[in-house]
Amino acid sequence: MQSIHVRSTINGQPAEFLCEPRQSLLEVLRDVLRLTGTKEGCNDGNCGACTVEMDGRIVPACLVLGAEAEGAEILTVEGIAKGSALHDLQSAFLTGAALQCGICTPGFIVASKALLDQNPNPSEDEIRLWLANNLCRCTGYDKIVRSVQATASLCREESST
Amino acid sequence: MTVAATDSETTGQDRKPGPAAANGYEPNMVLANQTFDIVGSRPVRHDGADKVTGRAVYGADVTLPGTLHGAILRSPHAHARILSIDTSRAEQMDGVHAVMTAGDLPDAGDKIVDVGEGDTPLAYVHGNVLAKDKVLYQGHAVAAVAASNAHVALEAASAINIEYDVLPCSLTAPDAMRPEAALLHDDLVTKELGEESNRRSNVAEHFRWTKGDVETGFARADTIVERSFDTATVHQGYIEPHTVTALWNHDGRLLLWCSTQGAFVVRDVVSTILDIPVSTVKVTPTEIGGGFGGKIPVYMEPVAALLSRKTGRPVKIVMSREEVFLGTGPTAGTHTRVKIGASADGKIQAMEAELAYEAGAYPGSFVVPGGMCVFAAYDCENVAVDGYDVVVNKPSCAAYRAPGSPQAAFAAEQVIDEVALRLGLDPVEFRLLNAAREGTRRADGPKFRRIGCVEVLEAVKNHPHYSAPLVGPNQGRGVAIGFWFNAGLESSCTLNVNTNGTVNLVEGSTDIGGTRTSIAMQAAEVLGISAQDILPEVVDTDSVGFTSVTGGSRTTFATGWAAHDAAQKVVDEMKTRAAMLWAVEPEQVEHSKGTYTANGSSATFQELAAQASRTGGPISASATVKPRGVGGSFAANIVDVEVDPETGKVDIVRFTAVQDVGKAVHPSYVEGQMQGGSVQGIGWALNEEYFMGEDGTMRNSTLLDYRMPTTLDLPMIDTCIVEVANPGHPFGVRGVGEANIVPPLPAVANAIHDAVGVRMQRLPMSPPAVWAALAKT
Repeated sequence: MQSIHVRSTINGQPAEFLCEPRQSLLEVLRDVLRLTGTKEGCNDGNCGACTVEMDGRIVPACLVLGAEAEGAEILTVEGIAKGSALHDLQSAFLTGAALQCGICTPGFIVASKALLDQNPNPSEDEIRLWLANNLCRCTGYDKIVRSVQATASLCREESST
Repeated sequence: MTVAATDSETTGQDRKPGPAAANGYEPNMVLANQTFDIVGSRPVRHDGADKVTGRAVYGADVTLPGTLHGAILRSPHAHARILSIDTSRAEQMDGVHAVMTAGDLPDAGDKIVDVGEGDTPLAYVHGNVLAKDKVLYQGHAVAAVAASNAHVALEAASAINIEYDVLPCSLTAPDAMRPEAALLHDDLVTKELGEESNRRSNVAEHFRWTKGDVETGFARADTIVERSFDTATVHQGYIEPHTVTALWNHDGRLLLWCSTQGAFVVRDVVSTILDIPVSTVKVTPTEIGGGFGGKIPVYMEPVAALLSRKTGRPVKIVMSREEVFLGTGPTAGTHTRVKIGASADGKIQAMEAELAYEAGAYPGSFVVPGGMCVFAAYDCENVAVDGYDVVVNKPSCAAYRAPGSPQAAFAAEQVIDEVALRLGLDPVEFRLLNAAREGTRRADGPKFRRIGCVEVLEAVKNHPHYSAPLVGPNQGRGVAIGFWFNAGLESSCTLNVNTNGTVNLVEGSTDIGGTRTSIAMQAAEVLGISAQDILPEVVDTDSVGFTSVTGGSRTTFATGWAAHDAAQKVVDEMKTRAAMLWAVEPEQVEHSKGTYTANGSSATFQELAAQASRTGGPISASATVKPRGVGGSFAANIVDVEVDPETGKVDIVRFTAVQDVGKAVHPSYVEGQMQGGSVQGIGWALNEEYFMGEDGTMRNSTLLDYRMPTTLDLPMIDTCIVEVANPGHPFGVRGVGEANIVPPLPAVANAIHDAVGVRMQRLPMSPPAVWAALAKT
């Protein structure tokens, strides 16, 4: 099968890769670029484990073709921390015990960051609506929702001081 | 630790104010009765940074150089004889390296093996890995391929041609128990009350336990309620599909990397199936993306191993979500009948249960623990429990969180609720009046040691939620209690002291939900150092002593105990080292909270560690345990629901989970277990089910159609940790992972009854089911 040459930006860095036309962005990230932080849970867009940000929108990477990444800016869980410092959301997930097995965590971190980027003051309902595409089977979501709330409130404190 | 939702953080448009906001109390209360320095605190988990940055390596993240990719061909039929398998077209495809079928497995013969769940014919274990003569469920594995990539492997698998003779199928226990039902296994003979019968049927076992005389008891009763119930097949629903990478190395060793709850179990079962010495197999457990009991069985490991031996290359197989639904898990669908009689003074006089559980394709439905748990919360003189383990044309059942207990509780706790109502008693008071306590004997024999049944019910009664008014029309409140034994089994742990006073902790328990930390904390408590100064590592089967599965709520209990014992040995060694430095006898050295003293001399753990080289060399200790002091756990719920009379949709308005955990080593993760188990129970109660066509094929094998709870379906899940110390554990730990999934099924049903007056006798209580029940009233 003829490979396609794709140029995109991944986690702020230029990324060039070859992929087959049938390969999803999820396959490209995991198998071609070895960015295995993005997880596969269902491969049909229903679990959210492979959530990445693509040109400012969150998408399930399993429903995007690798070839569609041409010219796109993509953010994965590997691009959330800045250098050796965790993002506030990542810290909040740890202090808030918002993960158990951790397989859904990359998707939740990417999706929650996108929410807070556009709405720094979400209500509990807004958080629940935004995260309804991400399944977690371990936590019952309570501590995830609280950790997003805690991050939002911390960000507001930081911006008001 | 946890952050309460406050009014200022909401827009005022939320339909679900948190309990704290509504009632002015902090959620997630801990009723502690013993305090320690480290045990009971809430440090950040050791593997946390890796898991929030995507760096943690799960099963599918392992790729060795030169890896081939496998795919498995599965049966499209629920029950069929295999007439022929033609692999020739697949073998000739470009990029295909090997094809295999059941014929490549060693002959199982008549061997009986114990693969961790009692004696089983080896042929059944083989049969579930790859079907030999018959397929027994849709999704039953028949053949496998190794190819240059996953796409080619899938194409090649679908090019294998299999001729089937389709047979009639049985999909429920009552269906399969009919005398005229087609037999799944020609050689299956019913074990009747402990004896082999001559009867060939789909009933693998019928057992009966009795205590007292139920007829006498029912004769003394003023109120008797008898009802039958059905529950649907549901799946554990872990987000990470099963995965394995196998390398049959040229030195003869078989190396496996897999996502499993028990690396040693995989080692032992794979060596049994492949008929090779156990020492040739080395299993490296990866991080695991959920299990809930469903990642104990071995499915693809022997297949990947044989494909690797055929090709001389590493072979990786990752299941699709559909394969997870069709080929793994699930837990038993059930048909049950419960009859309970009580006298007017509120005393239960007799309890009777008949439980028929679907085992799936091979015996082993967890009806036995279901029978042990069904009336465990009650002290009653006259009890009879009958259980039937029935094979049906569905995937072979795997454990699922307190396996067998939730289905039994769905029946028993609704009948209890109805008896209390008829007697005009508060449902919690009625349960308290009849609650099991230390010394109560169950129908299956054992007498309870110290248990927290009464304390859990008291906590329910005293919880602000229980006395809070309902806040809208069509709302109702339900309560229920459930039980799980918890397990001990076997664990090992090694501690290696570093010269800077930190300690490497080596253990073999897969960490599904923060157990590295709960185990490390117990070592830290003994050593008197911080949890962060212990560096826990889960290692492969070559590198630590035997450790049983992460299951049975045993990991924090048993592996934590091994860590405790190893730490005690380190303390003893430290005393010897201090004695050497101070020229005193080791017995003269005292230890408290990490400081060693004798005759006015004093040194910290860190100071003594720094001098290890001068006092005899490295300091290291190992311990193994096979604990007998297992403490069972009771869990109860208070749940408020709102029923939409027009659609039958049930919303959870408020939910409180109460559980006796013995001692919460890390309360945040204990709360997490309680919340997660509760929500799995809510999903089981309200939505989840395998939709099966009459031909036995599953019609909803995606996460869109098999609908597990999402953020939108739930309120915050409030917790109340009750600590009734288990006298059988150094810190009083009971184990916390399972009992919490038991009460939600009946608690939600009781709440629906309270709201709209219908008694739901079938799971799930989905909108059409509730709507139909309402239409009949």
